[in-house]
Amino acid sequence: MKDQGRYQPFTYYQLMETSLRELLVEKGIVTDAQVNAEVAAMRGRTPERGSKVVAKAWVDGEYRKRLLANGTKACQELGLEIPGLNLVVVENTPQVHNAIVCTLCSCYPRVLLGIPPDWYKSRNYRSRMVREPRAVLAELGLSIPDTVQIRVHDSTADMRYLVLPMRPKGTEGWDEARLARIVSRDSMIGVAVPSA
Amino acid sequence: MGGLPAGKVEPTEHDYPEWERRVDAMVQLLRLGGKITVDEVRKNIEALPPEAYDNLSYYEKWISSLTQTLIQRGIISTAELGRKMQEVEMRVQNRAAPVRD
Amino acid sequence: MQPQFATDYPALAPSFSVGDRVRVRATAPLGHIRTPFYIRGHVGEIERLCGSFPNPEELAQMRNGLPAIPLYRVRFRQKEVWPDYKGPATDVVEIEIFQHWLERA
Repeated sequence: MKDQGRYQPFTYYQLMETSLRELLVEKGIVTDAQVNAEVAAMRGRTPERGSKVVAKAWVDGEYRKRLLANGTKACQELGLEIPGLNLVVVENTPQVHNAIVCTLCSCYPRVLLGIPPDWYKSRNYRSRMVREPRAVLAELGLSIPDTVQIRVHDSTADMRYLVLPMRPKGTEGWDEARLARIVSRDSMIGVAVPSA
Repeated sequence: MGGLPAGKVEPTEHDYPEWERRVDAMVQLLRLGGKITVDEVRKNIEALPPEAYDNLSYYEKWISSLTQTLIQRGIISTAELGRKMQEVEMRVQNRAAPVRD
Repeated sequence: MQPQFATDYPALAPSFSVGDRVRVRATAPLGHIRTPFYIRGHVGEIERLCGSFPNPEELAQMRNGLPAIPLYRVRFRQKEVWPDYKGPATDVVEIEIFQHWLERA
């Protein structure tokens, strides 16, 4: 984001961020280079990394089993760098729809998918998703029939979650790259489903 | 927070400005460096007064909490932070001075 | 019971197995707690043993949280958690809960 020039408003919290960072650099606790590198690394973590994992699970049944048994190891198999992530993958089926929330704060598989969207961190989502998931999903555009069980996963401790959506009809014969393109971040949180 | 009455979920997102990304980065670096734990950061966010919790943005809460955590750990002191904030504020104000005259 | 994620912290032994009915302790002590208010006092079923992890309540206070405590995913029926739950009886909520917050139901 470009510097907007000398009239850019500088809030108390931005003052705190600048001050804290300069102090930490002066004390040798972090360097500017490290901060910039970490910002860049986080920019590089995008939902496409998760989409790749889902697409592979769709085409490779044995990979899918390994993914469900241990999401961390399965991601590492694809060369994805996910430091400290304990990934639990939950699978959508014709009988079960999964959705993820962190009611206590904003836990999310960040090192795989990147920074979570604002709405995921919002008070409204966090309060209502455990209590009335069907209403929240409907507001976000997803209607789940009562014949399908909804499992809401509240990410309260050391686990992080990825929803493995169902492979939609009309994708027969597609290669992994093409399949990955229809797997959105929201479908891996469980508030959307992919379509061909 | 789970189960409390709340309003409609607006699917808002924003492209995070650099200062927010730097807050995020600093928390990660300090965790990886073993200087703080995410649990302390969460505890300090929970300790914010209700109005602050409700009205501050996500990263405003994070930078407040990160700062408190580092003060609690003795990695920085309130006095040092105060001096640095004064220094930065003066620097920013000088740069913002109108060029007209 | 095998944990899904092995860790090498010194840890307490797991007390519960998959399928066990457990109740979340109905208490509200002070401090940083990762057991949500809405589930305290409710009865659910052990879905899996995630692994053993340092106690976040202690980590929050700058202590090391050891010995690590077994962490489970516990499944609860929504109709049993919320008196006014409008969805089907099959809907569930699954939550990670540390062993010291669970008692046999």
